[in-house]
Amino acid sequence: MTAPLVGALGAPRVNATRFRQAHEADWSRLEQIVTRMEKRSIRSLGDDDLLALPALYRTTLSSLSVARDTSLDRALVTYLERLSTRAYFQIYGVQTPALRQFARFFARAWPEAVRSLWRETVFCVALTFGAALLAYLLIRSDPSWYYSIIPQGMAEGRDPSTSVQALRETLYAKDQHWLGAFATFLFTHNSQIAIFAFALGAALAVPTVLLIVYNGLSLGAFFAIFAAKGLGPNVAAWLMIHGTTEIFAICISGAAGIRIGMAIAFPGTASRMDSAVHAGRTAATAMCGTVLMLAVAGLLEGIGRQTIQEDGLRMLIGIAVLAGWLAYFYAWPARRARGGQ
Amino acid sequence: MASKATKPRTLKRSFITPEGVDLRLELGSAGSRAAAFIVDFLLMIAILGVLTFVLVYFGLASLRAGSGDNLLQVIGVIWLVGFFVLRNGWFSLFEMGSRGATPGKRLMGLRVVARDGARLTGSAVIARNAMREIEVFLPLSFLAAQSAEGTADTFLILFSLLWSFIFLFFPLFNRDRLRLGDLVGGTWVVRTDKAQLSTDLVGASYQPRRTFPPAALDLYGVYELQTLEEVLRNENPDAIVTVARMIRGKADMPDDGDDFGFLSDYYTALCGHLEARLMVGRRRDSKFTS
Repeated sequence: MTAPLVGALGAPRVNATRFRQAHEADWSRLEQIVTRMEKRSIRSLGDDDLLALPALYRTTLSSLSVARDTSLDRALVTYLERLSTRAYFQIYGVQTPALRQFARFFARAWPEAVRSLWRETVFCVALTFGAALLAYLLIRSDPSWYYSIIPQGMAEGRDPSTSVQALRETLYAKDQHWLGAFATFLFTHNSQIAIFAFALGAALAVPTVLLIVYNGLSLGAFFAIFAAKGLGPNVAAWLMIHGTTEIFAICISGAAGIRIGMAIAFPGTASRMDSAVHAGRTAATAMCGTVLMLAVAGLLEGIGRQTIQEDGLRMLIGIAVLAGWLAYFYAWPARRARGGQ
Repeated sequence: MASKATKPRTLKRSFITPEGVDLRLELGSAGSRAAAFIVDFLLMIAILGVLTFVLVYFGLASLRAGSGDNLLQVIGVIWLVGFFVLRNGWFSLFEMGSRGATPGKRLMGLRVVARDGARLTGSAVIARNAMREIEVFLPLSFLAAQSAEGTADTFLILFSLLWSFIFLFFPLFNRDRLRLGDLVGGTWVVRTDKAQLSTDLVGASYQPRRTFPPAALDLYGVYELQTLEEVLRNENPDAIVTVARMIRGKADMPDDGDDFGFLSDYYTALCGHLEARLMVGRRRDSKFTS
């Protein structure tokens, strides 16, 4: 007996051939369109191609299903898989336009993310002030503690042995030359720390908590040496003008880190992976926002504080900005949510 | 999930489109992802180098011209912001674009995709890239700072290396090649490279072909057929001779001196035979199944 010949004389012997003959034109047209979209954008397509795209995509997808079930030509199936995947991402993987994402971020995503982190934020604020109080009390009882909290480089000659006059000068120094660069440096440096606090949260939140505690300790230590010389209100004003924003921002990014760490450590009823992803997205949105807050804080510290010398005004600005943030994060979404129901 | 344990160790993952077709995405291999990262990293360093060079050039020029502090300050601001955006924005901004890939990933034919099949959101991209901070930049800046001061002791170097080792090789320790950032961002990296439509091995034109006894066609299944397809497509003379000799031996057929012709005829006949069985629902996966 001879081998069974599929079909009559001249007809295709295997499905792959038959299949290629029927659809090859469609596939190669889809490939051309997708290549053009990948190289440039969807705007570079003409009306004809744009209208044909969905139909060609579906044709190719159904070719893929059929080829998988009836054809044994592996190269053909691979080709169709790759082509369908590329087309899928061009059609469905389209990002929301940048402008709309931007608007959504400010209108909803950012305040809602921060609002949902309120427990962790309260914890971080309490931690900051608790640590500050601790450092303050320690240094009031024994000034030598200061040196173990603040490293030499950061003190810049501000330590318990500095005279009242010298301390006062640091609070009202007018360095008008490098304000812009100084503000930018503060912003990038602090933002890096905020991103860091967020990322470290993945290590079960422990490093983040340490970072927040250390931040609080330096705050308290700093306050203590000025307060000991009777400059308490002055240093408070000096810190508040930007500190309300900056400390709040650091607390939010710390809260974001803690949320991730907690989600990984205690996933609850969700799987650990799902829990981490859910927490990660909320936390990333909040963290992204803190970079903007720190840009504001950098401007207030680098430029605002250098040009405004009045204690009262410094405090007022600090309080006003904080009130603005609180209203934006907590009052506004609450009203929106009520309005929406 | 019972299927989880039995999942084969390949990089193919099921990914159902809204049309209900499984695209079977292939994950990017660890090697291609490392290569993509190195490309990106080198690009970042090159851009930073060029930026610094240009700014220093302008700075020196303005110093000579005596135009004062203002220009220098602007230069300082540009450098600081440029560095910050480069370090934190390079990956995120590129991956948030419509291509879902940095230049390095594009070069390697990779793309970032949300694991749940949904649209890739900005927050997912930011979460996955903020984690690079502790994966790469932390030990790096640690080492840089310490070696600049000349205080990098052995312990610290070991610690940084161990830290980087854990996070850099993290993708190798899980089945889905997830970075820590992928884990938190809910993303994974898939291959989206192109494939050319290969030539049809069988062809439509009629030509006289060898015929094979049924016993010869019952030797193999789909797996062997596709291996034969690979041999024919690669056109490696040694492989063709070896395979032809083996099949002839098993099918007990005489050597006619044309190995390639023999193999392509055998491929055509076997393919037609297996497809005919497939049509009646009797798929034969390999020579070990009947």
